[in-house]
This record gives sequence, structure tokens and C-alpha cells, in this order.
Amino acid sequence: MIEAHNLTKCYGEKTAVDDLTFTVKPGIITGFLGPNGSGKSTTMRLIIGLDAPSAGDVTVDGKRYRDYPAPLHEVGVLLEARSVHTGRSAYHHLLALAQTHGISRSRVRELISLVGLDEVAHKRAGQFSLGMGQRLGIAAALLGDPEVLILDEPINGLDPEGIRWIRELLKGLAAEGRTVFLSSHLMSEMALTADHLIIIGRGRLIRDVGLADFVDEWSRNVVRVRSPQAVELRDLILGPDVRVSSEEPGVLDVEGLTADQIGDAAAEHGLTLHELTPEKVSLEEAFMDLTHEESEYRGSTPTNHDLAGIDRQERIAA
Amino acid sequence: MSTSAPVIARRPKTAEPRPRSRLTQLGVFRSEWTKLYSLRSTRYALLATVVMTIGFGLIASAVTVSRWATMSVADKATFNPLTTSLVGVRFGILAIGVLGVLLMTGEYTTGMIRATMTAVPKRLPVLWGKTGVYALVALLVSVPSAFIAFFAGQAILSGQHLQIAFSQAGVAGAVIGAAGYLTLTGLLAMGLGAILRSTAGGIATFAGVMFVIPPLVEILPSSVANSIAPYLPSNAGDAMMQIGHHANSLSPGAGLAVLAGYVALVIAAAAMLLVKRDV
Repeated sequence: MIEAHNLTKCYGEKTAVDDLTFTVKPGIITGFLGPNGSGKSTTMRLIIGLDAPSAGDVTVDGKRYRDYPAPLHEVGVLLEARSVHTGRSAYHHLLALAQTHGISRSRVRELISLVGLDEVAHKRAGQFSLGMGQRLGIAAALLGDPEVLILDEPINGLDPEGIRWIRELLKGLAAEGRTVFLSSHLMSEMALTADHLIIIGRGRLIRDVGLADFVDEWSRNVVRVRSPQAVELRDLILGPDVRVSSEEPGVLDVEGLTADQIGDAAAEHGLTLHELTPEKVSLEEAFMDLTHEESEYRGSTPTNHDLAGIDRQERIAA
Repeated sequence: MSTSAPVIARRPKTAEPRPRSRLTQLGVFRSEWTKLYSLRSTRYALLATVVMTIGFGLIASAVTVSRWATMSVADKATFNPLTTSLVGVRFGILAIGVLGVLLMTGEYTTGMIRATMTAVPKRLPVLWGKTGVYALVALLVSVPSAFIAFFAGQAILSGQHLQIAFSQAGVAGAVIGAAGYLTLTGLLAMGLGAILRSTAGGIATFAGVMFVIPPLVEILPSSVANSIAPYLPSNAGDAMMQIGHHANSLSPGAGLAVLAGYVALVIAAAAMLLVKRDV
């Protein structure tokens, strides 16, 4: 379990992590989602004490990471930034990390096999491809058989087979009751992997929500309607639960009504339709909307963050 | 690259937790030893230290022997068989210093430091580990180098009967002092690397302290220069390789104390910054 309380990190004038409070629970995969530069990596660095918070605190199973007598057995970490000496072989890299905790050489070899690096274990890590480097990082994270895993963009550079492999590996680890905290800037990846989402933008918490709830909330049906009488049609169908938007003249995107309902209404009033297409809002779009909204509202009314929050709640409720 | 099934051998959740290993200073020493020997640059730099320390002493001795007959009386008067055979140490410190800087800055420039400090989040054991391992390795390399340089140099000098005997008072201390000078310089450079975190900055600062500042101090009025110069790290180190007390120079023991003091100061500053700064 990872618990952050009012976690804040400033680098000079810039606030990278802004008053984050969240809990990452064991037994499930928690996705940490946000656009590039939203503070995901910084938050992860704060959890393991590479950076000191400017305010607030973060604990792992109730203790600060550095207070554990055997940190590698508590938390396994894969950072996005490369953390390997380019002149050292994969084997010696893992061995050096293992030796700090007295972890055996056989465990090192076991992990090299697990991540599929046997053939290149004695090559210098500087010659590794992005995918091989990522596998080495995953091996380092698993070295201490940790209770908590923190992985920053683990699928970066992995091929489709590698992505599926890590997804199943993480699901297995979570099923054993471990805490898995996984960052990504791709909603589509999270939808396949995570059980719970923590979404941030510009260092601030946007949503802390179960994946199923998030999907329910955002998979509104939108119907695309093209009509020469779009304006009349819009006035006809607008209602308290209906939202209509238009990106070009003669085309309406209708939320809150089914295609059947719109077609029937048009027929009843003798309006001509040229197109009537049900569309789904993808989770990726929902995520973009959420994070985009955050930056937009903060851009125009920087002091009125609460107002933006209320407005968002209303939209979600609508 | 084949991928095995996502299964990890581990204890079942229901079983009693197996006795687990923990983070220890001894483990960190082992880890730092592995890090040191598993890099090619370490072997090259240590080899360079040996070659320079021994090689330049041999060259200086051979040149002296071949030119002895034609050398001026003044040159003959200032000739010192001990210093001649150990002259390579002044070049050896460059190689052992560069390695000292690299051992620290290599962690930062490659990003390895993030993995290191994740495994050892209290951080200081890493500095102690690196210092201890490098001190040991530097001693193991520089003690034989200094002895070989001395005995080989004296063997060459004996061609003109210019040699000095190892048994003569102060000679053994000077040869061991040469090895101490090399070792302490390596540690000084390592501390600078830890403070500066950049290879270019670390090597430039180290070279500045050891090779640029001494001649600059010589330019100062001699009354000022004579009171500063003996306390420079390079001159303090030089004093360690001499017999007894010379004019405008510290005694070997004082030289050791001054150089060791610099090393302690720099490593203490590195320790403070290591704890305080973000990785």
C-alpha cells in the first residue's frame, strides 16, 4: 500500500507535483495516468526518496521507503529514465544491486532468464535496444521479490509480445496480493491492464476512480447526425438530458438520445436526415478531455480551480 | 529474445515468510567492488597508473645514467636518486585521479545512481562503500608500483653507482609515502567527483588543484609562495615521498596529515551534499 498525503514537489518556481493525496491499494493494479510532464515520474521518485518532497509525505506500508531495513524486498522500481551504467553487463548490473541486500547469484540468473536476457546477459548494457533495456529494468525491479511494484511507463519500447507478457506478469503479481502501481500516458493501455485509475494533470489530482466506474461514466453514446435542417432538428430534440454540439454546419453530435429516438423525432416533424450514426466516446478521448479541460480551465482562470472542478462534476453528472 | 511464461519462483503467500536478506554495509562494499571490477575503464585507468608510475621513473633514471658524464656540477648537486626513481608518481596521480572522478560521476552521467540509491536509499553507505573499495584497490595497485619503480630505478642508477639503498633511513617511508600519495589523491578526486557530479567538471577541478594551481602559486612573491605552497595538496603529497624535512616543504608526516586532511574535508562535504541533494 502506498499512501501520499498532500505530496508537493517544487523545482524552483515550477511545481511538478501539487498537493497530491492518494492511496494505492494492494491486490489490484493501479494505473497512474497523465499526459507527459504531468508529474508521474516525479511522484514515483518521491515515493522511493530519490527526491525529497517540498511538502507533504508519502509512505509505503506505513513507513518511509528509506526506513526499511531491506528496501529492495519492500519495493521494486522501474524508472522511466535509464538507470544502468552503459559500460556494465546486465549480469553485473543486477549482481551489484543484489549484493547490497545479500541476494544470491542464482536469483540474479533466475531473473535474467525470466525477462529473456540469457543470450545478452554478458553484453554491455549500452548496446541494448530500448526493449532489452526495459527488460533489464524489470528484472532489477523484481530482484528482491518485492511486495510493492512501482513501474514508470513499463511498456515503453516493448514489442507486442513483450507488452502482453508484462501485462500478464503484473496481473499475476497483483493477484498474489501485491501492490502494483503503474504509470502510463496511454489510456488504452490502462483500460487493458489497470483495475483502478489515478489521473493527474499538471501535478494535480484529477480523478481517483475505479476503472469500471470510469468506463461507465464516460462511455456515453453520441449520435452523429447530418441534416440540411440541422438547426431545426437541434431545437426539436434539445432537452434537459440532451446535449448537442456541432463542429461544422449541418452536422450535430447528440448525446442523451439513441439513434432511433432522433430518427423518429425527425420523421415525425418531416425533417430530412442524410446521416444518423451512433458513435462511442473512446476512453482515450475521455482522458484527453479530462486532462485538456484541466489545463484549459487553469489557463484561463488560474485562481478558480474549484470552479473548474464543480463544472466538471456537473458535466459528468449530465 | 525468447520470453518465458510470466511465472516467478517465489514463496507461496500462505507460507511462513522465508528469512530474508537485508541491506548491510558489507553488502554495499561487495556491490561497489562488483561495480568497480566490471567496468573496462577501471582496468585501463589502473593499468595507466602502474605504467606511468613505473615507466616515468625508469625513463628518468635511464636518462640520468646516460647523461651523467656530461651533466653540470649544479645538476649533479641537486640529483636525488630517490626522487628520480619515484618521479612517475607525479604522472600516476593523473590516472588514479581520473579514475576516482569517473567512479562517482559515471553513476550520474549514466543514470546508474538512480538504481544505486533505490537499493540504498540512506545513500551514505554508498559513499563509504565506494571510498573503502577504492582506497583498498588504489593501495593494492600503488604499493607494488612504488616499490617496483624504486627498485627498478635504483637498479638502473647503480650503473653509475648513483643508487640509494632501501635500508637507508627514511627510504622505506618515502616509498610507502609514494603509494600513500597515489591512494589519497585517488580518494580526493573521488570526493570531487561526488561533489561536482560531472565528469568534465570533476576532472577539470582535479587537474586544476593538482597541476595548475602549484605553478600559479610559484608566480607569487616568494615570501607569500613559500608560506602557501607547502600546504597545497600536490606539494604535501610530494613531501610524503621525501626523506626528512626540506626547505619550504613539509616533513613526510606533516605532508601525510595535510593531504589526508584535504581528503577528509572533501569527502565530508560530499557526504553532506549526498544526503541533502535530490538524486
